[in-house]
Amino acid sequence: MLLTNKTALELGKLIRAGEVSCVEAVSEFLDVIKEKEPEINAFITVCEEQELKKKALEVQKGIKTGELTSPLAGVPVAIKDNICTKDVRTTCASKILADFVPAYTATAVRRLEEAGAIVIGKTNMDEFAMGSTTETSFFGAVKNPHDITRVPGGSSGGSAAAVAACEVPAALGSDTGGSIRQPAAYCGVTGMKPTYGTVSRYGLIAYGSSLDQIGPIARDVADCAAILETISGKDKKDSTSLNRTDSDFTSALKTDVSDLKIGIPSEYFEEGIEADIKGNVLAAAESFRAMGARTEFFELGLTKYAVPAYYIIASAEASSNLSRFDGVKYGYRTKDYKDLHQMYKKTRSEGFGAEVKRRIMLGTFVLSSGYYDAYYMKALRTKALIKQSFDKAFEKYDIILGPAAPGPAPKLGSSLSDPLKMYLADIYTVSANLAGLPAVSLPCGKDSEGLPVGMMLTGNRFNDKAVIRAAYAYEQARD
Amino acid sequence: MATKIDDDMIEYVSILAKLELEGEARAQARSDMEKMIEFADMLNEIDTEDTDPAVQVIDMENVFRDDTVTNGDNREDMLANAPAKKNGQYMVPRTF
Repeated sequence: MLLTNKTALELGKLIRAGEVSCVEAVSEFLDVIKEKEPEINAFITVCEEQELKKKALEVQKGIKTGELTSPLAGVPVAIKDNICTKDVRTTCASKILADFVPAYTATAVRRLEEAGAIVIGKTNMDEFAMGSTTETSFFGAVKNPHDITRVPGGSSGGSAAAVAACEVPAALGSDTGGSIRQPAAYCGVTGMKPTYGTVSRYGLIAYGSSLDQIGPIARDVADCAAILETISGKDKKDSTSLNRTDSDFTSALKTDVSDLKIGIPSEYFEEGIEADIKGNVLAAAESFRAMGARTEFFELGLTKYAVPAYYIIASAEASSNLSRFDGVKYGYRTKDYKDLHQMYKKTRSEGFGAEVKRRIMLGTFVLSSGYYDAYYMKALRTKALIKQSFDKAFEKYDIILGPAAPGPAPKLGSSLSDPLKMYLADIYTVSANLAGLPAVSLPCGKDSEGLPVGMMLTGNRFNDKAVIRAAYAYEQARD
Repeated sequence: MATKIDDDMIEYVSILAKLELEGEARAQARSDMEKMIEFADMLNEIDTEDTDPAVQVIDMENVFRDDTVTNGDNREDMLANAPAKKNGQYMVPRTF
């Protein structure tokens, strides 16, 4: 039986029914990884085969004794390489952490492992999650499995490509400004960023702490809901994690959307969007109407200010978060230096790549005395206004529907020379992070060249279930 | 009001950021920063006079806990990743 095209839940079901063993599942995915990795480069680290088989046998035993009952028990998963895994190298795709082996496991990963999921490897990404193409990785660019001359998106490009290439049924990514949703769209898979605080950030190497969330990337909505249900929950080790009583996300996998009111921001479709993307996303809106949902165009407002506000806030937080990389406690240290100060400077200059340095510089500037009010505080005030415009929209609508990105996956090598242009392509995704909203990106057709198109469904804070329900209903109708 | 990014500014910011930018890298940093700041100046089009800054959006309140040590002695684990160590401690260049 071919296992590698199954969803995580289908595979979990076969394993629990005893039709497939955990070792068989792991072996099949490892074979695909071996075959495809020379081309795709979705993984930075693949776990050692013997260790994986040992783990698979343990999980098998747990299932047999009834200790492990999760629908994800025995399912191989991949983890983005900015999420710490004890004894497994965690690099953030940076030279500065190229040999870093964490002494602890992130809460989200621990929860997956406690459910019996088997971590098969760590996925490639933009360095420190800064980028939209996975080309800023110290470990080389990832190729889009749909067209290897194109990028998989980013920054969770390795996780999205690994799922799209059937190297793994599901993966964890992280999303600071669209880093789960945009690569999911480019790779034709499904990705979800939950409401801020739903998943513990303990063990996620911080980029923009007020924006970062861990979330699932998988082949369908049901897998995303099951993974989110498993990894969410209050964690004493992350004081911003929430004690939600409604985290039974799989209960929202329903096909009835007749009570949903869906708002479509008209400015999302005015300029900068490619015709094929517009056509496919508006066709999805039509599908929702056919299912009985009410849809309506409206003016969201402030849309064009989200990207500059986002880059100021994210860079400011990054400049502070990344000050810990100084060549003392862990990571790379420069070889030659005269004194402590020069060691810091040379270590950081040699250890960080161009995009990371660009954001540290910008972030340091906007936080510096004399510019703090004009830029950082201005961005935080803008963020407040953006949140208000979403609050207003959600008084009328349950869901906001839009594209995940203005075009399909760009060609490799075409994005990094003009960072500002690359940043502007984040226009649809960054608002959900600024306002803390749950949002899912899922496939809604292909463009004229056969490349995947993704739409995005955004809900109000804590209304993750409406997002899951709408996405699931659309997916069922589409298939 | 346009903010001018000159060489002195890049020097100042790179000292704060603990980054060494020389020659071409410095010129590139200056040009990148100029473009980003010009882009960020777009926010001046919005009136934010009466708006409080949103530090967080989830309406959380301060989270307190007792200041007690809960992890054990994992000195060896912590030092395992250190680029240089001596006698169970991090080793750094002399600081005075």
